[in-house]
Amino acid sequence: MLKAMRGDRGGQALLVLLIITLIVVPVLNLGLPTTHPWHVSTYAVTLLGKYLCYALLAMAVDLIWGYLGLLSLGHGAFFALGGYAMGLYLMRQIGDRGVYGNPVLPDFMVFLNWDRLPWFWQGFDWFAVALFMALFVPAMLAYGFGYLAFRSRVTGVYLSIITQALTYALMLAFFRNEMGFGGNNGLTDFKDLLGFSLQSDVTRIGLFIASGLALIGGYLSCRIIVTSRLGRVTVAIRDAESRVRFIGYRVERVKTAIFTFSALLAGLAGALYVPQVGIINPGEFSPINSIEIVIWVAVGGRTTLYGAVIGALLVNYGKSLFTAVFPDAWLFALGGLFVLVTLLLPRGLAGLGRSREIN
Amino acid sequence: MSLFCFHNRSFVLTKGAFIFWLLAGIFFNESQAASLEELLPQLAERTFPAKQAALDSLATSNDERVPAILTALAQGELYLRSVNPIIVIGQPSTPGNLRLIDPLTQRDLGEVGASSSKKITLNNKMRTTLRLALAVWHLNDANPTIRLAAAREMLGENNPTVLQALQNQLARESVVAVRNILVIALALPQLTADDAVNRLKAISVLANNLYPEARNALVPLAESDPDPSVKSAAVKALSSIDRQLTWSNRLETLFFGLSLGSVLVLAAIGLAITFGVMGVINMAHGELIMIGAYTTYLVQTALPSWLDYSILLAIPAAFIVSALFGILIERTVIRFLYGRPLETLLATFGISLILQQLVRTFISAQNVVVQNPGWMSGAWPINPALALTYSRLYILIFALAVFVALLLVLRRTNLGLAVRAVSQNRAMARAMGVRSARVDVLTFGLGSGVAGVAGVALSQLTNVGPNMGQAYIIDSFMVVVFGGVGNLWGTLVAGLSLGVANKIMEPWAGAVLAKILVLVFIILFIQKRPRGLFPPRGRAAEG
Amino acid sequence: MGAQVERWQYLNPGKTLAETLNISHKTLLYVEGVSVTFDGFRALNDLSFYVDVGELRCVIGPNGAGKTTMMDVITGKTRPDSGYVFFGQTINLLEFDEPAIAQMGIGRKFQKPTVFENHSVFENLELAMAGDKSLWPTFWAKLTGQQRDRIEEVVTLIGLQHHLKTQAGILSHGQKQWLEIGMLLMQDPLLLLVDEPVAGMTPQEMERTAELLRSLAGRHSVVVVEHDMDFVRSIAKRVTVLHQGSVLAEGSMDEVQNNPRVIDVYLGG
Repeated sequence: MLKAMRGDRGGQALLVLLIITLIVVPVLNLGLPTTHPWHVSTYAVTLLGKYLCYALLAMAVDLIWGYLGLLSLGHGAFFALGGYAMGLYLMRQIGDRGVYGNPVLPDFMVFLNWDRLPWFWQGFDWFAVALFMALFVPAMLAYGFGYLAFRSRVTGVYLSIITQALTYALMLAFFRNEMGFGGNNGLTDFKDLLGFSLQSDVTRIGLFIASGLALIGGYLSCRIIVTSRLGRVTVAIRDAESRVRFIGYRVERVKTAIFTFSALLAGLAGALYVPQVGIINPGEFSPINSIEIVIWVAVGGRTTLYGAVIGALLVNYGKSLFTAVFPDAWLFALGGLFVLVTLLLPRGLAGLGRSREIN
Repeated sequence: MSLFCFHNRSFVLTKGAFIFWLLAGIFFNESQAASLEELLPQLAERTFPAKQAALDSLATSNDERVPAILTALAQGELYLRSVNPIIVIGQPSTPGNLRLIDPLTQRDLGEVGASSSKKITLNNKMRTTLRLALAVWHLNDANPTIRLAAAREMLGENNPTVLQALQNQLARESVVAVRNILVIALALPQLTADDAVNRLKAISVLANNLYPEARNALVPLAESDPDPSVKSAAVKALSSIDRQLTWSNRLETLFFGLSLGSVLVLAAIGLAITFGVMGVINMAHGELIMIGAYTTYLVQTALPSWLDYSILLAIPAAFIVSALFGILIERTVIRFLYGRPLETLLATFGISLILQQLVRTFISAQNVVVQNPGWMSGAWPINPALALTYSRLYILIFALAVFVALLLVLRRTNLGLAVRAVSQNRAMARAMGVRSARVDVLTFGLGSGVAGVAGVALSQLTNVGPNMGQAYIIDSFMVVVFGGVGNLWGTLVAGLSLGVANKIMEPWAGAVLAKILVLVFIILFIQKRPRGLFPPRGRAAEG
Repeated sequence: MGAQVERWQYLNPGKTLAETLNISHKTLLYVEGVSVTFDGFRALNDLSFYVDVGELRCVIGPNGAGKTTMMDVITGKTRPDSGYVFFGQTINLLEFDEPAIAQMGIGRKFQKPTVFENHSVFENLELAMAGDKSLWPTFWAKLTGQQRDRIEEVVTLIGLQHHLKTQAGILSHGQKQWLEIGMLLMQDPLLLLVDEPVAGMTPQEMERTAELLRSLAGRHSVVVVEHDMDFVRSIAKRVTVLHQGSVLAEGSMDEVQNNPRVIDVYLGG
């Protein structure tokens, strides 16, 4: 594991900073009275936790875009699926505390006059099942999709467009009440997680730390992949796919495997995200969300992993600031960011200090 | 035309008398003598039976002023003025106000607040009386369309006076379509005649028409007529009607499908040029469509009195505006990104966000209303069960026209030749003296302009708002990719067939699921045939 | 050959390489009656072509004669409309795709030098090295000392021993060509298909390349497609001339050059 971090200065700095944050922020939140000037509010902790989930998601996109050359415009779908899996668990935890007080059915099913829980909701009252599904469902979708797409050598913009169509189709599907996932409104009004109230500071801190640990774990596992020979094969595929095929590697299998792992990370990010924001709805599938992830990576600088993390944190922090001060101007700023980064900063912020890559 | 005018003038003199004569038999005879001046205030009586009596008398009155009063009553525009109470016709003028007209003298009584007058209320029985009286009146209108609608209204009526009116009109009617429906209206009551021969005759009249009233009336006969020959005739007639209805429905589905398809083709065809021919991924394509739609809106707003023609002016205007936006995008962003498709995709996506926000900031975040010109509203009736909306029909034709025009531009002009040369081999074209930078600008402008023209057409069918472009971008890419990149015919076939497939699935799957199924189908199709329905010809480059 | 035996097992479990790859007739590659059509254009027309074990063969022919298409067919990139391609007497290559054919021991160098530009010379050779190239073994792979030696041996052979850590992207054109040939060698191929190895090379570089290819013959069968006649003359014992998708002539360079049909194609109409 340590070997994987060798030579990765940016990554080392990032991990150290993350670990410090994970220790300091909880202390400042729980240890200091709210009146103390150094107190970190629970709102800020949750916001940070949300950003960490975005960072993990951005890293998942960088793994396939930076190292494999696959620009996915549908990674929001994997994130949302992970989120929905966790949302199902949280809905089941509500029990009879819903507005209608039905002990088995969530409010929206009572509202739709459903008389029993659909089969695909079974088992989600166990946390372990929900967590497993949050990883398994996105991974399986990515595997099936990747298997078909990469076997028929769909690449480049074609792949980007059909990944976008994929998340668009899922969005339309989840908007339907008949899907059984709460339709338009999605899943919300969560009460508690593993018995801890989602409103309490301690739970919030717990989720924050869990997101940080997931990000660290994700970072290390991505590093292990990209520093292995398999990682060198992925970069080789990005640069000269047919050459890789002619020296005997099964390109489609490598692509499917890395794509699947990336979707799994995105699902994990979604599962951690939902209890912190308290809602998951079909809007998470919207194509613009997926494309925004890509811009985080582009701003931070792809093929570095830590760049994706920096990009996700910076752009989202900027978004929070901007939408508070000039809500109307955010789309101008985001649009401008897309144009300027691609034209002037093709290697992102992380690329400012590096000149090793040739492209 | 002149024939109708003549007909009209000669008839006005006798119309009131005719109605009087016609209805005299059934409605209250004793009030015949009462004048309109006496009858009208009775409409404001407190009880419905009293009002009904007044209405019945009015309906049989031979006064020429009656139709206007009855029409106003049917439209809820007849009021009792509170001060100096008389019955008045009140037409909504400025919001909250009514312009009052004395129905007896046609005098303008000025504008008053809506609350200062009380509306004359109706019950269902009165509505029926009113509807029939008006229909009988309109049955003899100079305009055949109105006569047709009046006869349509009377289908299934069994009232002897109405039947008599129909009979009389049939004797003088010269327009075939109206005659047909009069015959049907007269045959319908015969289905319940006591005499089996009459029933059989009626069935033979009704056997081949598609009015729902006829079908509904035949059903009980087919199920339980005591006479076996009538029953079997009814069964036969019913199955023939059902067969024709099925075909009508299929045709309707096909028409709606082609209509949706024409929208897809329009939205995608500009993209087929920029993406297919130039290889540029323009994610702002949808916003260029939106700009075209907003141009239509602005042209309409600038020329409010020219509603019928402003849309024709909007077509070149939208082409130019969108083309200029496209050229601006090409010059400032895309030309620096040739050969880097993924970066182009991201940058143009950023542009699409900016364009949306521009519209929100400078026009409105809400949808705007684009009017349909008069000649595009209404429908073309093919048969009683099938009518083709003119707006959809014109847009289908328009889409085909745009397609043919583009095909001609690419095949027959120097620009087209240069575009095809550059798209096949940029370096070689440049070596042959084609100025590829100029060709890029013009091609991109052409594709963008076509997107603007598509926006004009879409403004007639859908909401025009800042987000409308986003709704089309994925669909457009799907159409281009499905059809085969770089192939205009592929785009046409793909767009139309996807539209039809969507509409065929809608009845059993629902609109949203149908759309999802189409998307999933294309995703799977691309994985099976990555180069689309009509793949580009020639040996692919290595790699 | 010993190390390769292991690699063949998956093709025919329970049988050894000697049983699977039958080269008892001294012929390694059989291309028989192969035709390929692209949109009505016949790229290969009933082409038959044989390569002996250890032979160095040159293939020449005008543009569009079908040289690259022939390589595409042998390496599994293009499926022919008709005909057979056998590796040895028993392995039907048409049943396999590119990675499987590469793993059997057929290496290919592209017309345009294709190396992994963001990897060092060492990494390029490491990736090409023969071995289990499926997913998990690649993920866990660690270089053994023996493998390291092999890489150093090949890098010396292609003359890039001072550039082990250099990124391939900044090598000169000629060096990239050699690196690509080196990558083929790392695959321990039985058959090397080399497409235009000296395009864009200086005369000195060309001389070294000729030396390299000559040294490979004997241990490997080598098929070289080349336009440069002087280069072909300097390395080839046997030359095959392709024209319009089939073999026009075959023999020594002198025989071929004096063949009236060849003269007609190259000099005449």
